[in-house]
Amino acid sequence: MSELHIPTMAEMAAAGNEPDILFWVGCAGSFDERAQKITRDICKILQHTGISYAVLGTEESCTGDPAKRAGNEFLFQMQAMTNIQVLNGYNIKKIVTGCPHCFNTIKNEYAGLGGNYEVIHHTQLIQQLIDEGKLKAEGGESFKGKKITYHDPCYLGRANGVYEAPRKALEILDTELVEMKRCKTNGLCCGAGGAQMFKEPEKGNKDINVERVEEAIGTDAKVIAAGCPFCMTMLRDGVKHFEKEQEIQVLDIAEITARANGL
Amino acid sequence: MIAQILFLIVLAAAIYLFSKNVKTIRRNILLGKDTDRSDNPTLRWKTMAKVALGQSKMVKRPFAALLHLFVYIGFVIINIEVLEILIDGLFGTHRVFSGFLGGLYGLLIGSFEVLAISVLLSCVVFLCRRNIAHLKRFTGIEMTSWPKSDANYILITEILLMTAFLTMNAADHKLQLLNFGHYIQAGSFPVSNFLNPLLPDSANALEMIERGCWWFHIIGILAFLNYLPYSKHFHILLAFPNTYYSNLNPKGKFTNMASVTTEVKAMLDPSFVPETTGEPGRFGAKDVTDLTWKNLMEAYTCTECGRCTSVCPANITGKLLSPRKIMMDTRDRITEMGNNIDKNGADFKDDKSLLDHYISREELWACTSCNACTEACPVNINPLEIITEMRRYIVMEESQAPASLNNMFGNVENNGAPWKYSPADRFNWANEV
Repeated sequence: MSELHIPTMAEMAAAGNEPDILFWVGCAGSFDERAQKITRDICKILQHTGISYAVLGTEESCTGDPAKRAGNEFLFQMQAMTNIQVLNGYNIKKIVTGCPHCFNTIKNEYAGLGGNYEVIHHTQLIQQLIDEGKLKAEGGESFKGKKITYHDPCYLGRANGVYEAPRKALEILDTELVEMKRCKTNGLCCGAGGAQMFKEPEKGNKDINVERVEEAIGTDAKVIAAGCPFCMTMLRDGVKHFEKEQEIQVLDIAEITARANGL
Repeated sequence: MIAQILFLIVLAAAIYLFSKNVKTIRRNILLGKDTDRSDNPTLRWKTMAKVALGQSKMVKRPFAALLHLFVYIGFVIINIEVLEILIDGLFGTHRVFSGFLGGLYGLLIGSFEVLAISVLLSCVVFLCRRNIAHLKRFTGIEMTSWPKSDANYILITEILLMTAFLTMNAADHKLQLLNFGHYIQAGSFPVSNFLNPLLPDSANALEMIERGCWWFHIIGILAFLNYLPYSKHFHILLAFPNTYYSNLNPKGKFTNMASVTTEVKAMLDPSFVPETTGEPGRFGAKDVTDLTWKNLMEAYTCTECGRCTSVCPANITGKLLSPRKIMMDTRDRITEMGNNIDKNGADFKDDKSLLDHYISREELWACTSCNACTEACPVNINPLEIITEMRRYIVMEESQAPASLNNMFGNVENNGAPWKYSPADRFNWANEV
């Protein structure tokens, strides 16, 4: 594909343009090395399908999700209102996020504070692009017949009822999608939600991500597909715990899609 | 005539006591803060019909759901029989419905009997699951002696009531066959038939058994009615309003605190004039009165089935948190506060609170907010909301968040990210393309 150019809102606005959709990268997608790769793959998909998009770049800030789940409503609303000012300033109407936590927060909690946008998660965008025929599975790595299990992120699945979009992105690749016993509405958390990502777990006899990866290993899948940068971290740590890094890959739906399309 | 007067006294006393206890619970629930759940009545009725009446969330565990369905249908339908018993008791009639239902009456009594035996057998299986199989779901730190006994009392009572009902029918049937007294030919007895050989043949003895079972059955039901307000079994009533007032928002949507919005707006815009603020309330919840009436209604609705705890990732991995305990503690605490008010007046304050005296911080900080508990609850109870409110109190009123979370707050505030990165570097990922 042609060289990747990542447009910013500031740049667009300076040229008097408005993109169709804002790509909200998120903190993990911006700073976490592993998640940065996913961010770039989402950009590649956006560019490949010719969508008019932009990112906020350095104007983006934390949505306030971890503060809110941890009980710091002040900090959350400070972040939310500052972000809403920026978003409304650019006249944003539609947002795609790379993270289910950003997705949930902007979609559900910004509306009450003056931020009304159509918000979708990147797996939903991928599903739409597949449905519209803009994304196929050609020109890249073949996932045909490959055993893949999908881990439902809580803030995409139970929190917002998005179960089918990520699965559809896998089905089009003719993969062998194997479900864990605890999937969809019964999905087990990776252990990072509710601000747990930023603290040590409380005393217990096992780490939640270990419990989850044990279940994933039980499916005999070669790829654990994820849709959330925090799940990504937790699942990778779990795979490391079982010393299975050589046999099992943890990949985001966006990465799998980008690879399948040779992006 | 004496029997009728006695019956009237017993019935009146039972109804009086029950309504008194229900009023107390209603008063306790309304000690909670206001929250508006009056929107979208159509969807609310639908939710109630589906979740409470239709038991839609029970089916996730098919075996338990089937047994529960037997008991539930049995309970609802056998109440028609209770209506007949009440009329017979008050007016001194016998099997009053048989007069105008004719052949249908036999079908009705016959189906009551089938339901009664299915209730009875289901309760036996339930007892075995709790006391012999020791299912993990029925254990846990919150399952102390009272909750365990409560469950057993309920099941044993239902078994006794059904046994009395069937024995009564069997004796009645035998008396019918003897053409004894007022025992008219009425009803069909597909189940109690099998009890006939166990009963004596003397008409007097049979009459004593029939009357004894009749009184035991109805007094048992009235006593059970009055046990409900003290028991987890109260769910049979509250499941309906509780599902009606369900949270209709996506599960991931947490409330935005209006009191905070006012302050944040004032901070961001000095010219902002807040609307008249009410009492300066507390941020979050330290005690049950800081929760909403819906949270408290949920506490009284919880029947301690433990589906929430059995799917809680924290609990599964050995952490202290158990969503069921959150609900049970909330109920225990609001009951304690209600009792205090009854004893010492409305202004009485003890030195206890839900936080620390009932729910520990370790439990609260173990939650991943994954919503597995709210998804699992067959009557749409939301333990996560209580956990979040209590976290809000700890963080915003006490500034007692775990140190690592305080670091995260500092990073979000200063760097716009939960980690210690410079906001200026936020777009660096694009350079490595």
